[in-house]
Amino acid sequence: MSPGYLLLVMAACGLLTFLIRLSFIAGGRWLSAGPGFSAALRYVPPAVLGALIAPEIFPGGLASDLGAGSPRLWAALVALAVAWLTRNVLATIAAGMLALWGVQGWLA
Amino acid sequence: MPTNPDNPARTEFLAGVRAELPLLLGVVPFGLIFGVLGLAAGLPAWAVVLSSSLVFGGSSQVVFAQLWGAATPGPVIVATVGVVNLRHALYSAAVAEYLRALPWRWKLLLAYLLTDEAFAAAIGRLRDGPTTAQRHWFLFGTGFTLWAGWQLATLGGVLLGAAIPAGWSLDFSIALTFIALLVLGVHRRSEAGAALVAAVVALLAQGLPHKSGLLLAAGVGVAAGLLFRHGEGDSA
Repeated sequence: MSPGYLLLVMAACGLLTFLIRLSFIAGGRWLSAGPGFSAALRYVPPAVLGALIAPEIFPGGLASDLGAGSPRLWAALVALAVAWLTRNVLATIAAGMLALWGVQGWLA
Repeated sequence: MPTNPDNPARTEFLAGVRAELPLLLGVVPFGLIFGVLGLAAGLPAWAVVLSSSLVFGGSSQVVFAQLWGAATPGPVIVATVGVVNLRHALYSAAVAEYLRALPWRWKLLLAYLLTDEAFAAAIGRLRDGPTTAQRHWFLFGTGFTLWAGWQLATLGGVLLGAAIPAGWSLDFSIALTFIALLVLGVHRRSEAGAALVAAVVALLAQGLPHKSGLLLAAGVGVAAGLLFRHGEGDSA
């Protein structure tokens, strides 16, 4: 797709993000965050991340890639364990990539 | 660092800078990663660098790169980035009362800089510190420091990424980043449940047109999280 369209989509993302951050600052007294809103927001990051991760690990949908031979599945499981143990983003990425290359090399 | 008692704005600004610096330890590596994987996802270098000032939100920029690389329609990308950054409305609500008396140019500037780490480093000062006419300079100090660190880290990541050969399956590092962010952000069973439900729905909905399954899955995941929350017997 064209650079102009990329720039347009990115600018729209930036504008929307800015308006979200400005919302209550600009709204004065009449805008106030209710408890239901805050409670729902807590679940937005895990839900979005879960929805983004799953198709990356199973590109062909649920049925096709559940076999033990999927390098991406093994790498994801290793990353999950390392993230859990180290709570470190860099260590998670490094371990996941090493696992991916390892399984790819082993299957090749 | 020397502070001048005759210039309270400068004192607040420098205190904000100092409060933000330790947080850069986590932000700079993430910026480097984003620079590398933005290129791996297929974005041109100028777009990776520009997104750090246009969007200025780490996770949402990674999401943007991933969705653009997967040829997702523009409106779906914009909606997803909006959902990812929706939590910033909470920060906006939290700082609004401290910025109410400021002129518009300050409100616009501080809204632009209002990100996770800038908010986290400044809210304590705003809420519990002395009520002065210059306290917004503290938030400006945290936000500006984060902004500058993020721009430099992204630029460094793009230079680094350009030196990494293709064929390393480096695009998978995006999914790995998401896994790390997910594990680090989940503190309750109901949050893990929301992620799991969203993941299953995303797989079931993969055939939906325009990749709209992503937003559907996120919505169902949030609803599931709210349901699971009642099971935890905790309304916090």
